[in-house]
Amino acid sequence: MLNYDLVVVGGGPAGMAAAIKARECGIDSILILERAEALGGILEQCIHTGFGLQYFGEQLSGPEYADRFIELVNEKKIEYKLDTMVLDVTEDKTVYAVNKKDGLLEIKAKAVILAMGCRERPRGALNIAGTRASGIMTAGTAQKYVNIDGYMPGKKVVILGSGDIGLIMARRMTLEGAKVECVCELMPYSSGLTRNIVQCLNDFDIPLYLSTTVIDIQGKDRVTGVTIAGVDENRCPIPGTERTIECDTLLLSVGLIPENELTKNAGIGLDRVTNGAIVDEYRETDHEGIFACGNVLHVHDLVDFVTQESQIAGEGAARYILGKKGSPEYITTKGVGAVRYIVPQKVNIKNEGDVNLFFRVGSTFKNATVKVTYNGETLITRKRPRLAPGEMENVTIKNEMLKGFAGGGVIEITVEA
Amino acid sequence: MIKNITCVTCPMGCSVNVEISETGEIISITGNTCKRGDLYARNEVTHPKRSLATTVRVEGGVYNVVPCKSSEDLPKEKIFDCMQAINSARVNAPVKLGDILVADVCGTGVNIIATNHCPAK
Ligand SMILES: Cc1cc2nc3c(=O)[nH]c(=O)nc-3n(C[C@H](O)[C@H](O)[C@H](O)COP(=O)(O)OP(=O)(O)OC[C@H]3O[C@@H](n4cnc5c(N)ncnc54)[C@H](O)[C@@H]3O)c2cc1C
Ligand code: SF4
Repeated sequence: MLNYDLVVVGGGPAGMAAAIKARECGIDSILILERAEALGGILEQCIHTGFGLQYFGEQLSGPEYADRFIELVNEKKIEYKLDTMVLDVTEDKTVYAVNKKDGLLEIKAKAVILAMGCRERPRGALNIAGTRASGIMTAGTAQKYVNIDGYMPGKKVVILGSGDIGLIMARRMTLEGAKVECVCELMPYSSGLTRNIVQCLNDFDIPLYLSTTVIDIQGKDRVTGVTIAGVDENRCPIPGTERTIECDTLLLSVGLIPENELTKNAGIGLDRVTNGAIVDEYRETDHEGIFACGNVLHVHDLVDFVTQESQIAGEGAARYILGKKGSPEYITTKGVGAVRYIVPQKVNIKNEGDVNLFFRVGSTFKNATVKVTYNGETLITRKRPRLAPGEMENVTIKNEMLKGFAGGGVIEITVEA
Repeated sequence: MIKNITCVTCPMGCSVNVEISETGEIISITGNTCKRGDLYARNEVTHPKRSLATTVRVEGGVYNVVPCKSSEDLPKEKIFDCMQAINSARVNAPVKLGDILVADVCGTGVNIIATNHCPAK
């Protein structure tokens, strides 16, 4: 059995930032476990630029952003094991992992940070009729084929779902010579960033059909075409709007789900909306000493926010290990109406600093007012010119405010048009 | 005439309005949150530019390709020519992040630089 103060599961941007921060807070014995052959997580295949503007003030590509943290991990001599798959994390913080060199590893930790990221929703979750021909894959799988393996998975492409990965791949495959026929989005709005619609679709005259879905896939061995149709407000296909489009590839970009099998197996409480753990402001789960951060906690659109959140978790884990946590007194947070969720779900009122609440809305708003209440009384109102489901928002609860709260209180966030 | 442009310089995606006179001169630029938005909108109505991120084939590396980007934004109308030039280039492993893989691509004065490492096999 091995012993470490802190074990970090996942060596993506979340895991690396958390480990580096914990080191800076005085934790010497840290081990990162990563199942891939390199550190960096999903960023290794995100070769487009747009990362790091908030955190570094520079336009970096995914691998460049990751490299800055890989360098720091090495500089600070933080231990890591690659090609190592974590199988189980127990309630008493024993981590079981396996790799070819060491075989089965049993690691006893004082604190654990879960940073497993998320994965794309596969087709199975979607129920499209038609054949099971080849040529159907998630946009992220196509991204790995093109950007890491260096080959093109198709020539004539239809994309279902307007998430950022789908939009990015529409441009990427167009640049590599494919014809992207269209992007179909079930909802009346895109879940992708506006800039990605502009620079990935509009720049190349790729049509985006909103309130449209794929209802049938044709082809025996390989996809030969898909049938698309408009949908009504109940997301049901409208008869008479069907149209068949010839293509050899269907990319799915229909959302990401946090990869929480380990979290579930450990018996950690999950939020039904985020599909991630329920956490306090240090991102500590309902199991003492087990923390979660990054896309495994809730899906972020910007890696910069992943980094910030993970530093908070790293600091929280360090405080816990060093016995600085104290006995917390919690208030809970709750999204109301259009506010789908808030992270963190609870806040310790004895916290000595300000606390940022991150939230997402369920529909688009123009000139909206964000209202924060405590036990029904208005605390903060903020004007926002634009709110969209694809863009995470945050409000800061100042420490003076926290000081005036009592344990058991409730903070609610609502949005008014 | 007012032209509405979405600034794509950063993920904020500000909606910028450019007021253009009949002679084609820019009268005002509004809606941008920062200076870069002003510059972007100005370029967009005169000579649009885009950054380019793609891959270059590697011989003898642990991966078949290494990711790369343009050191500066390229004229939008030259993007496909640049893609062709980059796709016909071959580099030998090892490649280090920051290496120049294609110099002065298509005579634009812009270099194509590696954005990751690719060790030799
Ligand atoms: C296609 C795409 C485009 C994006 N575009 C942008 C953009 O333009 N700008 C931007 O700022 N952000 C962008 N993002 C978001 C950004 O990449 C993510 O927010 C960030 O990578 C999340 O970091 P993470 O560490 O939480 O997860 P990940 O990067 O997914 O890392 C999780 C790591 O955990 C490992 N792991 C999982 N399970 C186990 C296990 N059981 N054992 C061991 N290891 C495990 C995985 O192998 C992985 O390396 C994009 C994301 C995607 C997918
Ligand atoms: S104007 Fe500034 S803040 Fe707005 S999108 Fe452009 S670069 Fe970003």
